[in-house]
Amino acid sequence: MSKQLQFKLVLLGESAVGKSSLVLRFVKDQFDDYRESTIGAAFLTQTVTLEDQTTVKFEIWDTAGQERYKSLAPMYYRNANCAVVVYDITQSASLEKARSWIRELQRQADPSIIIALCGNKADLSARRQVSEEEAKKYAEEEGLMWGETSAKSGEGVQEIFTAIAKKLPQNAPQSARAGGRGGPSGRAGVDLNKQAGAMTGQNEPCNC
Amino acid sequence: MDEEYDVIVLGTGLTECILSGLLSVEGKKVLHMDRNDYYGGDSASLNLTQLYRKFRPDQALPTDLGRDRDYAVDLIPKFIIASGELTRILVHTDVTRYLEFKQIAGSFVYRDGRISKVPSTEMEAVKSPLMGLFEKRRAKKFFEFLQNWKDDDPATHQGINLDKDSMATVYEKFGLEPGTQDFIGHAMALYLDDDYKTKPARPTYERIVLYTSSMARYGKSPYIYPLYGLGELPQSFARLSAIYGGTYMLDKSIDEIVTDDSGKFVGVRSGSETVKAKQVIGDPSYFGAGKSAESGKVRVVEEGKVIRAICFLKHPIPGTDDADSAQIIIPQNQVNRRNDIYIAMVSSTHNVCAKDVYVAIVSTIVETDRPEQEIAPGLQLLGPIYDKFVSVSSLYTPTSSGEADQIFITRSYDATSHFETVVDEVHNVWKRVVGKELVLKKREVEVEA
Repeated sequence: MSKQLQFKLVLLGESAVGKSSLVLRFVKDQFDDYRESTIGAAFLTQTVTLEDQTTVKFEIWDTAGQERYKSLAPMYYRNANCAVVVYDITQSASLEKARSWIRELQRQADPSIIIALCGNKADLSARRQVSEEEAKKYAEEEGLMWGETSAKSGEGVQEIFTAIAKKLPQNAPQSARAGGRGGPSGRAGVDLNKQAGAMTGQNEPCNC
Repeated sequence: MDEEYDVIVLGTGLTECILSGLLSVEGKKVLHMDRNDYYGGDSASLNLTQLYRKFRPDQALPTDLGRDRDYAVDLIPKFIIASGELTRILVHTDVTRYLEFKQIAGSFVYRDGRISKVPSTEMEAVKSPLMGLFEKRRAKKFFEFLQNWKDDDPATHQGINLDKDSMATVYEKFGLEPGTQDFIGHAMALYLDDDYKTKPARPTYERIVLYTSSMARYGKSPYIYPLYGLGELPQSFARLSAIYGGTYMLDKSIDEIVTDDSGKFVGVRSGSETVKAKQVIGDPSYFGAGKSAESGKVRVVEEGKVIRAICFLKHPIPGTDDADSAQIIIPQNQVNRRNDIYIAMVSSTHNVCAKDVYVAIVSTIVETDRPEQEIAPGLQLLGPIYDKFVSVSSLYTPTSSGEADQIFITRSYDATSHFETVVDEVHNVWKRVVGKELVLKKREVEVEA
C-alpha cells in the first residue's frame, strides 16, 4: 500500500553558495546563472516517490536572506525534519560557515533532525578549494549525510534529496507542523483559513 | 550598508513587523533592525535564559523548571480574539502557513470573591450563577435586543439611538443591575474602566458583537493563541517581509537618529556607519523613551504605566476546571479600583513551557505608587506561586504624527487583553507613512520559482 508523508526541509549556508539554485533545480529542474537573491518565493514543495511507492513530500523553507545578518528566526528551525546545509566547493570559508550552521542546528533544532551537508558548484571543480575527502571526513564525524552537487548541471541534486527522502520515514517522526495545512493529520489546532474562507471546500488542494 | 532604503524599521515588535511585512509586499525597500539578538522587542516570547538575562542577570537558571528550550514566555499578555482584525491580517497575508493556533480554553470573570465562566450565549447566561432569576430575564431581553439590532430597521431599535444614547441609558432601559453591567462592560465588551458608560453605546455594542461572534467561532472561549508563544507573530511577519526583499539585522546597536538642519529624517547611525532612508518607523525605545530629555528633541511622552507579573505555577488556576489556558477578568468595581485586573494563563499545551508548568501573567494599569499591591487580588487567585517576575512598564505615545520629519513612532503595547488596538495602530501608522488607508488585498498565491 502506498503512503504519503510530508516533511519540513530547511536550507542553510552562506549567502551565494547556491541554496536557492539547488532548490530551483530540484523543484523545477531549472537554472538561472544570474539569479538575484531570493525574493518573493521562499516556500516550495516537491515530492519524491520511493521504490516502495511511498511518496515523500518536502515542504522546503528557504532562508529568504535572513541568514545574512544573524537574523534567522527560531521559527525557521522549529519542527524541521531535515536540513540541507550547503557550501561552495570553490570557497573553503563557506565550509567553515556550514560547520557553524550545523552547530546551530544541533543546538536549536529537534535532536532527530536529519542533516545533509552538500558541496555545491561541483561543475567548477577546476577551482576546487574543498576536497571531497575533507568534507566527507567531517560529515562522517558528525553523523551527517554528504554529497556534492551542481545546481547548474543538475549533477547529484536529485540524488541527495532522494537519499534524504529514503532516510526520513524511518528516522524522523512526522512533526505536527510539517503535516500541517492541507495535510491529513488530525490535530487539535484551529485552522484560521478554513473558517475565514467559508467558500473553500475541504478538498481544495493546498496552495503551497 | 551603503545602500539607501525606502523605510528603516527599528524594533521587531509585532506592530513594527506587521508594518514591515505589509510595506515589503507593497514593494518598498525595507531595512529592519533590532538592538536585541532575538525577534519581538517588547512583544517577544523568551526562553528561560533570555528571561533570566532580562529580569535577574545575576541569578543562575533554576534546575527544576525543565528544559530551557521548552520555554517561550510572553512579555506582554494578550490573546487573539478570533473574529478580530488581527485574524483578518493573518489570513490575508497568508502568514498562517508559518503558524499553528490553539484555542484558549476558558474565559472567566471575578465576582463577589469567586470566579465564574463568562456567559456568551443566551443559553449560558440562563445557567450562569452570575445572575438571579429576574435579572436573567432582563439580561435575556438585552442580548436579544443586541442580536436583533439592524441599523436600517427602526423597529429593532426599541427607541434607542446607538450613536446618541449612552450605554448607561441602554443598561437603564433594560434595568440591568450594576453587577451585570460589570460583566457585560468588562468581561464581554472588554473595557478596562467605566468611562464607556457615559459615551454613545455603539462602540460597546460592536465590542459585544465581536466577543460573541468570536466565541461562536470555536466554542470554548473567544480567543486563540499561537503555539510556541506570541513571539511567533512578529517572526512570521518578519519572514513575510524578508520573502519580499526586506533586510533583517538583529543584535545591532542603534546609536543615533540622524536628521538634517530642519529636523527631517536622514538616516540611522549604528557605530560608525550611517544608513540612509526616506522614512523611519520604530518603537518608542529607539526614540528616547525612558531617557532624560536633555539631549535633543522630546519625541515620546509617557501616558501611564502598566504592571505585569509573570508567574510560574505548578498547577492550573483553582476554579477554572483545570483549564490548560484561561483569561480571568477582575472588574474594577469588584476590588474598588478604576482599572480592571487581568490574568492570562497558558501552559505546555501551547508549547510555551515544560509539562506541568503553567504561566500566568497578572496585569493592570498602575493607579498608585505601590503597584505590586494593586495586583494582589489577581495573585491571590493563582494559588501557590512557584516564581514571579514583576515589571512596571511605561506606556509611551509619540509627540507628533511624524509627517513633518518622516519619523514615525509607534505606541507601546497597552493593557488590553487582545491585539485589536495593535491593529488599529498598524492602520494608523500606515496611513501616516504611506499617505493613504491600508487596504488588505488578498495576496496572490506565491509564484513557485
